[in-house]
Amino acid sequence: MPRPGRGARPGASRPEPSPPGNRPGPGDPGRAPVPQVSNRLAIERLLVTADIKKTGPEDVPPPPAAGPEAIRAIPVRHYGRYVTAILAIALFGLVVYAFSQGDINWGTIPEYFFDDRIIEGVWKTLLLTVLSMAIGIVGGILLAVMRLSKNPVTSSIAWFYIWFFRGTPVLVQLFVWFNLGLVFQYINLGFYRDEWSDFMTPLLTALLGLGLNEAAYMAEICRAGLLSVDEGQTEASHALGMSHSKTLRRVVIPQAMRVIVPPTGNEVINMLKTTSLVSAVQYAELFKFAQDIGSASGAPVEMYFLAAAWYLVMTSILSVGQYYLERYYARGSSRTLPPTPLQKIRSTVFSVRRPKGVSA
Amino acid sequence: MNAMVKAEGVHKSFGPVEVLKGIDLEVAPREVFCLIGPSGSGKSTFLRCINHLEKISAGRLSVDGELVGYRQKGDKLYELKDSEVALKRRDIGMVFQRFNLFPHMSAIENVMEAPVQVKGESKAVARARAERLLDRVGLADKAGNYPSQLSGGQQQRVAIARALAMEPKLMLFDEPTSALDPELVGDVLDVMRGLAEDGMTMVVVTHEMGFAREVGDALVFMDDGVVVESGHPRDVLTNPRHDRTKAFLSKVL
Repeated sequence: MPRPGRGARPGASRPEPSPPGNRPGPGDPGRAPVPQVSNRLAIERLLVTADIKKTGPEDVPPPPAAGPEAIRAIPVRHYGRYVTAILAIALFGLVVYAFSQGDINWGTIPEYFFDDRIIEGVWKTLLLTVLSMAIGIVGGILLAVMRLSKNPVTSSIAWFYIWFFRGTPVLVQLFVWFNLGLVFQYINLGFYRDEWSDFMTPLLTALLGLGLNEAAYMAEICRAGLLSVDEGQTEASHALGMSHSKTLRRVVIPQAMRVIVPPTGNEVINMLKTTSLVSAVQYAELFKFAQDIGSASGAPVEMYFLAAAWYLVMTSILSVGQYYLERYYARGSSRTLPPTPLQKIRSTVFSVRRPKGVSA
Repeated sequence: MNAMVKAEGVHKSFGPVEVLKGIDLEVAPREVFCLIGPSGSGKSTFLRCINHLEKISAGRLSVDGELVGYRQKGDKLYELKDSEVALKRRDIGMVFQRFNLFPHMSAIENVMEAPVQVKGESKAVARARAERLLDRVGLADKAGNYPSQLSGGQQQRVAIARALAMEPKLMLFDEPTSALDPELVGDVLDVMRGLAEDGMTMVVVTHEMGFAREVGDALVFMDDGVVVESGHPRDVLTNPRHDRTKAFLSKVL
């Protein structure tokens, strides 16, 4: 890829500033061959780019004004891309056509898309996702710390928990929670006493089933994250007199987040879809409502499509959120942050408008 | 005079491998004590024993008159709790070969972290001291930069400021310039020289013989887990008595 000739890596070849005292003045002829005017240009450029790149002053690109003329070359043509694009569009069109000719009453989908029950189901699905993930993340961090602890008792307990909850299907676990009344007839916590069947509502069943299962998976994700942090970090923190828990909270976990967040985003999206299983334990969420409407209105398959569309909408929104979260935790670890989608679109549009052969 | 660091027959084994085979030495207050020797000689391990990052297997090691990692009652030794070990580490600053700055914090946040989190100092007080310390190591203008935006020499100077923020009575340097480009070594050594002039007690594991000769008050040559030769740096470096010291110095000087 053609680049402007000067300093492709900003900051990489920067000279080490000398300690104060013998620092050269701004007009020192030995150190500053670039004339004053372009220095001011560079500063203005810095101010312009600052709000886009959001990085330190080290990352300012070198002033291209002083560099040689940029290369103008005819870029390589990728004909394969046009061919595959046409093939993909054609295939997609065929599939759409096939579905449109099927025995499906498409009109019912927009009719029910914002139905009160569907909207309620969407909210309940989101609520269930958020609460189960909260249980999962808190439990996961706890289990991971237990698992890595020097204490053999806590690490064995964590190992057993993960072994059990990861080793059995979540649907089976949901049914077990649902039928636990066969084992316990009453619940008595001292301050709270009730019949088990009244205590174990469908919501609680769903939360326990999904949340405790998720904790086992989150534990493994968190453990990988904690292990990914360099041991020197723990040592430096200990050497400063910080306790184990402070070290974990202030030094290790913030750095582990960079490794933990991307797979956790996957888990959230996965959880959102897995909530559809809780219709089996009588908790009404999006899928259950869609089923109910489907069987009442005589359009069951249409309602499945409707549910699928809603799940897609929700997971798409979550994916965007995940992207920004990852970006936040990448700070400090890379010199330049990846661009936001908006910045990416902007730069693509600009590069298309520029004359061919000039690198963006 | 009470020794700042006193080691008597210190042994350390990692499994079957014995790394320290009986180290005896004394570091006086306000002294710059240099440890030199080939890699694998155990000098870094010994340094890490001083602030209990490593547990010694045998012998006695004390800092400022108190045993490291243990409490003595009568003739019985009791292991210290983690919190008690942490309390003692507050007074011992350590600088690592690979800097080990916290990458998710800016330079000034790195320096402020321990006073705020460990001593419970207010942020304003910690920030004022951090600014002073960064200025002292010549990095006042880099306070807001993250470690990844600093050169190795700058990172190491921030690491020294971070250790000084706890106002330690003893500083440990574990090959502080070994991971640096040669042209960046000077700035770090200048900062260390300044510290020595201010009377800080320093134990320095180093390959910088020039620094040891100019700044050091005492020097120990270690090889294979034992102290081979010790004395004033000028004497040991110019007139080594032992063959192993001669062989080592002929390679590095």
